Amino acid sequence: MTCDEARILLHALLDNELDAGHAREVEAHIAGCPACAAELSAQREMQRVLADTNLRYTAPADLRARIEASLPQPQRQQPSRRSVLRGFAMGSAVSALAASGVIAVVLRQDDQQRILSEVVSAHLRSLQAGHLTDVVSTDQHTVKPWFNGKLDVAPPVIDLTAQGFTLVGGRLDYIDARAIGAVVYRRRQHVINLFVSQTASTEHRQPKTQTMQGFNCRRWGNRGLNFWAVSDLGADELAEFVDKFEAAMKANVEG
Amino acid sequence: MPATDDLQKARRFREAALPYLDDVYTLARYLLRDASDAEDAVQECYLRALKHFDSYRGPAMKPWLFAILRNVCNAEYARRAHRPSAIEDTPGAAEQTPLWHETEASPETEVLRSRDAGAIRKLIDALAEPFKETFVLREINNLSYREIAEAVGVPVGTVMSRLARARAMLRAAWMAEEEQTK
Repeated sequence: MTCDEARILLHALLDNELDAGHAREVEAHIAGCPACAAELSAQREMQRVLADTNLRYTAPADLRARIEASLPQPQRQQPSRRSVLRGFAMGSAVSALAASGVIAVVLRQDDQQRILSEVVSAHLRSLQAGHLTDVVSTDQHTVKPWFNGKLDVAPPVIDLTAQGFTLVGGRLDYIDARAIGAVVYRRRQHVINLFVSQTASTEHRQPKTQTMQGFNCRRWGNRGLNFWAVSDLGADELAEFVDKFEAAMKANVEG
Repeated sequence: MPATDDLQKARRFREAALPYLDDVYTLARYLLRDASDAEDAVQECYLRALKHFDSYRGPAMKPWLFAILRNVCNAEYARRAHRPSAIEDTPGAAEQTPLWHETEASPETEVLRSRDAGAIRKLIDALAEPFKETFVLREINNLSYREIAEAVGVPVGTVMSRLARARAMLRAAWMAEEEQTK
């Protein structure tokens, strides 16, 4: 083996890329050639220094986000012009049966349970990175108009910062195969999703809390709208949120 | 609404390709020597990779992504009219540089001082192509010779000789710089 050959192959030796036969040949040459032996140890030294140094770069977070966003995503359906979620869970199959007593009641409860589970799922989805808000603003006058033309309902957007619940933004979500508005609040580290949909009923429904998968969901109806507030907050604090929201909304309407 | 197939493909692609984002970005930074050009190139690389993901049959994802990135970077080199051309095999002066000099002082006596990452990156950036690319793929992206050959599209023997030359040039530049700062 010549020195020229050894000067190339010693790198393959360093990188463990040589088979046993070639490795022996290179080692034999190096054993008898001080210059090549010196080169090998110098290169080994440089490799060691390089390995101790972080020479990699980290991709910026917004590059990662842009690539993520360019992948096909589950699209949200265009809001239908029909009213969203008539009543509390009165799907068309259910309304057809509404006249016939017991069966309707049973189905209706199942439907409510299903919608509760969808609401909780939507809440969980929103907690994934980058899914919480479509419009980010603590200003109710920015969030409210953002919903215009996206839904057939105008979700009330009320700033409750003074009451301890910070408005974070708004989002279109998707429940019971319908587009629905979500107004997002935060209390300390806890996220509250307030889902709002239209209902045919204008009567007031008392708030009621249910629990699913460790999340509290408080739902109520008022002024032709259905509300679901979902959070990992305790039931008492979530009830406080609903009370503050209702009080502020009442003040808005009457003021 | 995208078909379910598309969504599943996107999910498989995300799981297979996104973990290598830092590797791809690192190579782009060394090849293009510019942060924002590198970002654009990486984004384009992932777009193309997704487009061709159906025809991807392996074996390894990383060399495949690198091969796509090289094509993107070559287009970028072409766009930079003022820059010397691509990573393509252009037997330039560097190819003629002797691998080693008899007059060199015994390397054993000269231990390289540890340098900060920024200084070493500069030395690597200054290496001529195609040697820099081979060096980065091996030393920083940890590809095997065979994977480098695959990504670059040259025989393994070429990878080996380019790597030897790249390391010899890097060490010479490193030593020369230490000589100056003495």
